[in-house]
Amino acid sequence: MSLLSALPALPARAATIARRPAFAAATGRRSFGAALAFAAAASWLLLAFVILRWPDLGDWGRGPELAYAAAALAAVLIVSGVLRAAGSTALDRLERATPWLIALGLAFSVWEAGSAKFGWLPQPFFPPPHAILEVFTDDWPKLVESVVVSVKLELLGFALGAAFGFTIGVLLGRSRLFGYWVHPVLRLIGPLPAIAWLPIAFFAFPSSWSASIFLIALTTGFPVAVLTWSGVASVNPAYYDIARTLGASRAFLVFKVAIPAALPQVFVGLFMGLGASFAVLVTAEMMGVKAGLGFYLQWAQGWAAYANMYAALIVMSLMCTGFISILFRVRDRVLSYQKADLKW
Amino acid sequence: MVGATALATDERTVGCDLDIRNVSHRFDLEGAPLDVLDNIDLRASPGEFVALLGPSGCGKSTLLRLVAGLEPPSEGEIVSDGAPITGPHPSRVVVLQDPTLFPWRTVSANVALGLEARGVLKAQRGRIEETLRLVGLTKFANAYPHQLSGGMAQRVALARALVNDPELLILDEPLGKLDSLTRLTMQGELVNLWRRAGFTALLVTHDIEEALLMATRIVVLSERPAAIKADIRVDKPYPRHRGDADLVSRRREILDLLGFESAW
Repeated sequence: MSLLSALPALPARAATIARRPAFAAATGRRSFGAALAFAAAASWLLLAFVILRWPDLGDWGRGPELAYAAAALAAVLIVSGVLRAAGSTALDRLERATPWLIALGLAFSVWEAGSAKFGWLPQPFFPPPHAILEVFTDDWPKLVESVVVSVKLELLGFALGAAFGFTIGVLLGRSRLFGYWVHPVLRLIGPLPAIAWLPIAFFAFPSSWSASIFLIALTTGFPVAVLTWSGVASVNPAYYDIARTLGASRAFLVFKVAIPAALPQVFVGLFMGLGASFAVLVTAEMMGVKAGLGFYLQWAQGWAAYANMYAALIVMSLMCTGFISILFRVRDRVLSYQKADLKW
Repeated sequence: MVGATALATDERTVGCDLDIRNVSHRFDLEGAPLDVLDNIDLRASPGEFVALLGPSGCGKSTLLRLVAGLEPPSEGEIVSDGAPITGPHPSRVVVLQDPTLFPWRTVSANVALGLEARGVLKAQRGRIEETLRLVGLTKFANAYPHQLSGGMAQRVALARALVNDPELLILDEPLGKLDSLTRLTMQGELVNLWRRAGFTALLVTHDIEEALLMATRIVVLSERPAAIKADIRVDKPYPRHRGDADLVSRRREILDLLGFESAW
């Protein structure tokens, strides 16, 4: 009983305990950690076994390589299990990931069996994991090239949109005249999905690349402008009073009071703008720019190269989550005076 | 304006001569005018500590905003050392009920605000530490406002005001939100700072005892629109004791003026 209450309520751990009650109960938490590592090793050995035991139904490469990699990982896990049982903490960093490793090994095994080995999943739409690995090992130059193009496009569009949105938001919050002219335009154009501009943008701009920059900037700019504006408008008026009695100029009120006070809201806007801009990036690449991950995705679909599609999807999600991670890092640094609230 | 550097080198600033001349003020609430101040005529000589007492919502804080130059009065004028007040000026600094520290600035950066706004931060950086020592917060120079207690935050707000060597310190219920023990301590500290620096002080408070302990003069205001009901001189040496028989009788007098004859 004391053992059960001492353990975190992770389902994977609870399941392992149930399977090995005597073992775990006898040597406590340390051997439980070791048991988890052995279970993870078993699940990756299972994957290696599934790959090597049955022949592939189709023509995919890198099966053996994936199997050896899985076996190597299993070996590392066994070593970490032994070390843990012996009381060493050398490979303890693996411990937190171990339940995930068990689940991933099992999932890949099922996926392998269901696609390449027994064809339970409709083919060719669901290629096996080693086919996706093959794309990474054999087509990486094209993938890297696509990522570079996508990152450039996204960064340029986002930076432009963020800069314009921020400036417009600050001006809306501080200038009545600016608000009179710009507010109606913002209300009319802002909510329009940027994709709707696509056909016009592609002939109005000299290149589909510059058109895409414009669309990404537009998508980013709207939420940034609205949230910056609302941040500036909701600054505690007493801040201005205090600053004015201390001798603040108009510029000081904008740059040293309004903008820093609005920054938490600005970052919400940047986050929303960034999320929305990914959709435009991919669409623009599919529709016009003949490069980038979106284009790679569409090209792969055209050739029925489904493994390439999945590989591109994985890269794309890594890229997007990477952008958001960077934004959160910057936010945490800029707003370090706040108590941290969310960990991305 | 007296040169800022000259002020800094002077240990003792001379308080300003504040003259509120027949000031009336009204707000325009959706077309319906609301009279807030009714012909206030009040002169504070340099270095005086004037407390304004009055029922809640009578317009005391509005009067302070006018004196600070944050708004122009509807009628009348306010003159400081012979020059009409037409806008805010760093020689007249405000401390509010809320500390209103900028949360994104450290304690010392908050105190530096006035120096920075006037562009004299480089020349007078040493004043920050000096002023923080005055309010006993040198150890918290690098803390952020959210890490401070209410009393500490209000001390920082005080330091942020004092670092500018004000000629007039405008205090809008600065101790109103503090717990009673912190409040007692800070009443004493404020009086010491005022006696040391020599500025003219204008304090709005709800607390009769606080006014009696701190001020050299208590001005009692009526219900809105506020008019001056009584102007009471408190010529008592500091530190004063709340049990002092004279203060107790004056307290009763003021309670009567405010319409609380039977309260105690």
